[in-house]
Amino acid sequence: MSTIEDFRRETRAWLEANCPQSMRSPMPDGDLVWGGRTVEFKTEDQRLWFERMRDKGWFCPDWPVEYGGGGLSAEQNAVLESEMRRLRCRPPQINLGVWMLGPVLLEFGSEEQKRALLPPMARGEIRWCQGFSEPNAGSDLASLKASAVDAGDHFLVNGTKIWTSYGDKSDWMYMLVRTDPSASKQKGISLLVVDMASPGIEARPIDLISGKSSFCQVFFDNVKVPKDHLIGPLHGGWTLAKALLQHERRAMSKFGEFSLPNHFDLLELAERYLPPAASSSLAEAGLRARAIATAMDEHAYKLTTQRMGEEMRARQNVSGVMSIMKLVHSEQEKDKFEVLLDLMGHRALGWEGDAFEAEELAVARAWLGSFAQTIAGGSSEVQLNVIAKRVLELPEGKQAK
Amino acid sequence: MSLVYSEEQRLLADTASEFLMAKSPVAALRKLRDEGSAEGFDRALWREMVDMGWSAIPYPEALGGLEFGCKGLGAVFEHIGSKLSASPLLSSIVLGGSLIELAASAAQQAAWMPALIGGDKRLALAVDEQPRHDPAASTLAAVREGAGYVLNGSKLFISDGIGADAFVVVARTAGKAGERAGISLFLVAADAPGVQLTTMKTIDSRNHACLVLKDVRLAADALLGAEGDGFAVLDTVLDRGRACIAAELLGATQALFDTTVDYLKTRVQFDVPIGSFQALQHRAAWCFTHLHLARSAVMAGLAAMDDAELDAGARARLVSLAKWKAGDAAHRISREAVQLHGGMGVTDELDVGLYLKRIRVLQASLGDGDFHCQRYGEQCSAEA
Repeated sequence: MSTIEDFRRETRAWLEANCPQSMRSPMPDGDLVWGGRTVEFKTEDQRLWFERMRDKGWFCPDWPVEYGGGGLSAEQNAVLESEMRRLRCRPPQINLGVWMLGPVLLEFGSEEQKRALLPPMARGEIRWCQGFSEPNAGSDLASLKASAVDAGDHFLVNGTKIWTSYGDKSDWMYMLVRTDPSASKQKGISLLVVDMASPGIEARPIDLISGKSSFCQVFFDNVKVPKDHLIGPLHGGWTLAKALLQHERRAMSKFGEFSLPNHFDLLELAERYLPPAASSSLAEAGLRARAIATAMDEHAYKLTTQRMGEEMRARQNVSGVMSIMKLVHSEQEKDKFEVLLDLMGHRALGWEGDAFEAEELAVARAWLGSFAQTIAGGSSEVQLNVIAKRVLELPEGKQAK
Repeated sequence: MSLVYSEEQRLLADTASEFLMAKSPVAALRKLRDEGSAEGFDRALWREMVDMGWSAIPYPEALGGLEFGCKGLGAVFEHIGSKLSASPLLSSIVLGGSLIELAASAAQQAAWMPALIGGDKRLALAVDEQPRHDPAASTLAAVREGAGYVLNGSKLFISDGIGADAFVVVARTAGKAGERAGISLFLVAADAPGVQLTTMKTIDSRNHACLVLKDVRLAADALLGAEGDGFAVLDTVLDRGRACIAAELLGATQALFDTTVDYLKTRVQFDVPIGSFQALQHRAAWCFTHLHLARSAVMAGLAAMDDAELDAGARARLVSLAKWKAGDAAHRISREAVQLHGGMGVTDELDVGLYLKRIRVLQASLGDGDFHCQRYGEQCSAEA
């Protein structure tokens, strides 16, 4: 028997013994546990699950042990993920640092920075947010203007960041700043990490079409940032930013697996809200067919994540298939909610109150929320550009540089 | 269940690719069409495929097969699709032969298996009666007479029916159209009295036939499997065929997509390659996306056929997903391919039209997208 199968058995047994029953169910948004200086647990089970996974090093299962990780191989990590999916284990914590900054620090950070920043991240002690977009730098991220000026022993940071998830609740931010205003736009950018408790930082939440949101605009007014908070080379942040965005795209499609939208089972809801197939009208039969086709495409996407994982483990080049994942997932979510709204009629049009069931209200909010998915983390149009240019190698156009 | 080819299967695919590139490029299909070939394939080429062992791929060793499974077949069918290569591999081996493997008695197997694997005889499956595929709707009547049966009725759109030595005919011995119970399978020799075969010339220049049976009298040993109980095994064999067609569709679509991307890079208008226009880039990127989704679904469909632990419902669901998604991607990409090739796309000079026509036939064969969408949904509600 191969060792990986032993690992699977042990992991399964450990999860069975250590993941509390209440942590094995779909997760409403409010039940996410965010690692950070002040971790809030709604239940004792949440705390247990958080602490057990933390102590196992499984917040970051595939990071090296010396930086607080679990030291698992890629193959073992895939087994752990599949076993967690099998049991429907909730993620023990959500932390952008782990998914995005962590891998970049592992690749580009100095040894001191790795030792200082990674272990607290791996223990879920610091909550991270991302400062990339600005009001005038969205899809054209490299035109960002927030500045960091060399002021001797520190940088002085000024400007504003937008679409910062949980900017008001995070402990630290990794951010892109312009350090050389005279260089061409990609060449004057650096990556800094900033303690959100520093004087001069203000985070304001943004209301969205779906209601209250986690997004903030963050303002920087003469914020002092120590020199050793620069990650990678000065003016060399764009390379790191691109690496971070790769992780973001992967993380966003992964995040989708945990978040509530995926737990709306399209076919189950179709059965519930439509009359039985045998007594359906033409319109209802048409709706049912649309629901099935949408569920089938969702199934094909899930199989694609599985295939990509297998190809990765077989050391094949997966850059092509990886380039479609964020696009497909976010577009499919949008399509799915459109079908759900049609299936459920006015039951999916509730905003709040007792006239609707909680799940019905959740569908309406999630439908509105799904619009952000094809904009955030590289809009669908940006994803299509990436596929066309980098994967299909179609020629550059004359229009934008 | 693995969604990638094994080393062995990849080798088989590479061999198929090289062989077909040399012996059966798209020009071969064009030649068959222009010559008006009745069988729609080249017997000498088929002989070479047989010599390479392709006719033995799916069968167990005990029956003289290679036991390479459906994924092994899929690896070959992808390249068959990519070159639009014509052969009776699907009709005689995957469909006809699989029914002999799974439903026939030892005596029937002894009579047919070596001849099929050796390429000396051909079988064709006669299932469709209506414009759209629906095996449970079969009504062709088989009535007991003495120890044997009398068959009356007709079958349409029989793949490689012209020149087949015999047909596996899906008949009804009991029940009514739409019922799975009462379906029986019969071996009918092409030269049996009362058998009338006519050509259906289809857009893909391949061999399709219409079969009319008028008082065809069969001995008891013409029955394959148990009387009235043929649907389950038929459905399994059809799923083998559907998974292979999905792989063929995937291969054809991939080839057509690659050709189209090349064209976008080389065709110059307004002093630039048309592939530099974002409106076209995004359409090409979407095609690429659907091709990847289709590949995953096809691999799952093929793997499901080889996975003995899956129950029939789960297998059916994955195969229907494969046929549906491969057809969906093929549909999107073949339409875009014609449009993106502009005026040249509608000329017979380019191969684009040959792909378009073959793809449309494969989409309709053994159940179109709507058929498999419904089948997938029925499996899901059956599980719930």
